[in-house]
Amino acid sequence: MKGALKHVIVAGGGVAGMEAAGALAEMGYRVTLVEKGEDPGGHLLQWHALFPDRRPADEVRNYLRKRINHHNINVITRTTVDRVKHHPGGLTVNLSGGSEEKADAVIVATGFDLFDARRKEEYGYGIYDNVITSAELEGMFNRGHIARADGKVPDRIGLIHCVGSRDEKVNNNHCSKVCCVTAVKQAIEIRKMLPSCEVFCFYMDMRMYGPYYEELYRESQEVHNVNFIRGKVSEASVNINNRLVIKVEDTLAGRPLRMELDIMVLMVGMEMAAAGSKLAEASGFGRGINRFLETGDHHYGNNLSGVKGVFFAGTCTAPMNITDTVSHARAAVAETVRYLKG
Amino acid sequence: MSMKPEGKKRIWAEYQKEIPDDHFFYVRSCIRQTFFAGSEQYFLKILREDLGKDVFEDPRHTTCTGIGYHGDVVPFETIQAVVARHFALATEAGYKHIAISCVTSFGIYSEILETWKHFPETLERTREDLFKATGRTFEVPETISHTSDIIYKFRDEIARKAKYNLVDIATGRPLRVVEHIGCHYSKMFPKYGVGGAEFPHVLVGMVESWGGDVIDYPERRHCCGFGFRQYLVQANRGYSLFASRKKFESMEPYRPDMIIANCPGCTMFMDRWQYTINEIDGITYGADGQGIPVLTYEEVAGLVLGYDPWEMGLQYHNVQSMPLLQKMGIRADPARRFLAKDGTRLPEPANLING
Repeated sequence: MKGALKHVIVAGGGVAGMEAAGALAEMGYRVTLVEKGEDPGGHLLQWHALFPDRRPADEVRNYLRKRINHHNINVITRTTVDRVKHHPGGLTVNLSGGSEEKADAVIVATGFDLFDARRKEEYGYGIYDNVITSAELEGMFNRGHIARADGKVPDRIGLIHCVGSRDEKVNNNHCSKVCCVTAVKQAIEIRKMLPSCEVFCFYMDMRMYGPYYEELYRESQEVHNVNFIRGKVSEASVNINNRLVIKVEDTLAGRPLRMELDIMVLMVGMEMAAAGSKLAEASGFGRGINRFLETGDHHYGNNLSGVKGVFFAGTCTAPMNITDTVSHARAAVAETVRYLKG
Repeated sequence: MSMKPEGKKRIWAEYQKEIPDDHFFYVRSCIRQTFFAGSEQYFLKILREDLGKDVFEDPRHTTCTGIGYHGDVVPFETIQAVVARHFALATEAGYKHIAISCVTSFGIYSEILETWKHFPETLERTREDLFKATGRTFEVPETISHTSDIIYKFRDEIARKAKYNLVDIATGRPLRVVEHIGCHYSKMFPKYGVGGAEFPHVLVGMVESWGGDVIDYPERRHCCGFGFRQYLVQANRGYSLFASRKKFESMEPYRPDMIIANCPGCTMFMDRWQYTINEIDGITYGADGQGIPVLTYEEVAGLVLGYDPWEMGLQYHNVQSMPLLQKMGIRADPARRFLAKDGTRLPEPANLING
């Protein structure tokens, strides 16, 4: 008689968690995928299209949904993994609501939280109507309608890079990696939907590190006439015509700049997820100076947790794009399987 | 509507500071004693007589030397010893809460307390310096408040005693008020200011409690231009003037009835530069070319409580306040402006706007 399947609990049902769960199930493991939201999918659920090729986000969502549609996977939603403890017989996992599960291994894939833009008080998010986040702009793309709060079609939109990233003032020195290329992608989408709307990106430097990113950046300028100004926005306010007024130092021209905008989009960065932080604290996982989970080794142990039987996957360890997240999740699965096979 | 008030309220909630209820050791401002002497006098009067608070003054209190410090002629060690001496006077008198009249001094006190907190050896060094120089010892105060913090704390009590409101009595329209915070109040240490640095609440709270509407205009956060070296170095005064001008032009479309400020330098420059701009460009800001009166928060509180504007010294501002007083329904005889109590004639400044 075939023995019981080994059981892996995956904490977090975003891209990393879904990929890891699917891969493990495919290999014959029993998987419990624990997701805090209503449905698995994570931040991807909000996205309209993806960089660098602007493919519909639905394509990746559908891939992941199919990935977890497996008889070996049990999905539990509206639940978090609050604590993991190793003992000689395996792992004990405490879930929110008080229940307890046994597992042979755990993959932590708690992902990231978007930076709360209200913390950059000088930008007036939550105060001025037409200051929105990059995630909210994706919502406008999803609805097929970009408009100011009063319903008017914008004539000029500014995208502000590095909101909550590379910023000592908010205690985030890390680069969130994906915001630059997201801004380029979103700038193009705005220009395609509203050809008469001017688009300005305000950046520190353009980190086009991934394949085809540089090409997208070039296309945005040559084909779509997106304007790039190297400078940080120091403050935003509203004038009597209810247009936003921003102050920027144009560091290439070497002069201060004031500009009126209809909509200001804050390219919010990634921070360690609150749920992941709680889990880390309760379970004794190490944290880096950037507050993401600290892995066993930066180069060759990037999925190792330091707790026997527990592995890390995806953006709970550092900001990364979907491509890298999927790869990282698969690597976590490889480590998990190696562990389970002893 | 262009703004969400709840967004501001959330920020204000994050920047609340402890403002004591009573027993203040009062430290005056060099500039305010010179230019708006009535403000300090009425701060004491309002606190002591209207609110029944204990405010102690020691005549041995001196300048904090802030202007010299920011002008690079007084070293940090020296100013720490001077401030420590003020703390020693408070300690000797048995006071633990310092009420600071000047925003520059307030910034300096904040800077020194933060320095002592993060570098305790500087506190010990200052104790030594003060003891060697004066034989005095001191306790670090429990709280420091700018005097605008204290009026803010009691703003609703003042509102309950109000004889006049910040409302145009002819139309019932709330007065449109520009509030201006001194840079050194909270831009250096947001946690020491009510409401923080980006959306300070200290003056907004007063204006709203007393019936006015606050104007949020694009250059609201911009410095008045005093900036010490910008003004103290005569060749740089153009910067100072230009900064104020930038603010006036930004607020002008909102047709403000008045400016309320909590910093001596800001009050002085935004008042005086209106005259200068008028001389240079022939422009007079404000509704109907009458200038925009610039008042301290004590002067506004005094008007609300029904004190005589000429007793408070409003006539010694460059921009005269008659239109503002009329809007509020305050009867003040312009003929009495420059008469002393005994009827003798006081010197009348030249070139008053709307004079």
